Amino acid sequence: MTKTLSVTTPSDREIALTRVFDAPRALIFDALTKPALVKRWMLGNMGATMPVCEIDLRVGGAYRYVWRSPDGSEMTMTGIYREVARPERLVNTQRLEVAWLPGESVLTTTLVESGGKTTFTSTTLYDSRETRDKLLKSGMEAGASASYDRLAELLAAKEV
Amino acid sequence: MTPSERLDATFTALADPTRRAILARLAGGDASVLELTKPFAMSQPAISKHLKVLERAGLISRGRDAQRRPCRIEAKPLADISGWLEEYRQLWEGNFRRLDALLEELQSPEKKASPRKGKRP
Repeated sequence: MTKTLSVTTPSDREIALTRVFDAPRALIFDALTKPALVKRWMLGNMGATMPVCEIDLRVGGAYRYVWRSPDGSEMTMTGIYREVARPERLVNTQRLEVAWLPGESVLTTTLVESGGKTTFTSTTLYDSRETRDKLLKSGMEAGASASYDRLAELLAAKEV
Repeated sequence: MTPSERLDATFTALADPTRRAILARLAGGDASVLELTKPFAMSQPAISKHLKVLERAGLISRGRDAQRRPCRIEAKPLADISGWLEEYRQLWEGNFRRLDALLEELQSPEKKASPRKGKRP
């Protein structure tokens, strides 16, 4: 098993991320649901911090993340937990409070442990074609990424 | 076209396997409509239609030679798209690398001791 991140589109309205971790799934579940831990890693790649991370971990409970980028701009994500089944499954809604992405999505995270390693799969189901299309534009639709990557490689080779 | 409309046009153009195959072919060098028609089980007008979509999206340009009008692939829109996809992937790869480190720390028996073991960089 490798730690390669796989990005797939199981259906028109879904995007899935799969990744293997060297840890029991209970730990990963905690890293996804305990604010002190979430703040340590769910930061994106732009040098952002997460000054606000509030989690009410129960069915119907809410969470709220606020990211702050180095230039001071902030982005907020909120949602409600629909299923909380430590350590194997977590379902929550998510809404990014940005103008360009209206609508809500549902994130289902499953953790399957085998031999001390855990396969993490998170599937985001978007509420509408509109939302999905917005994501398409923002590059989050990765279904054809393999083709694009191959094309990009060909282009890069050509440009040398 | 605004950058957003341009990206729309690019994605629409790339949503078709024939058009992607045409681009892959053009990545290997410029080609005329006739040359492009050969590998596909399609009529020349059908290929021409695909070329128009690609041209509108800025993915290809057509040469001036009225007879041949060779098609050339244009790198910029594809670079924009793979940039977006790469951003998304990198975002999650960055997150998961940090999660790796955190999980390792949580599993270390000395997690409470402040100086880290010399073993790890």
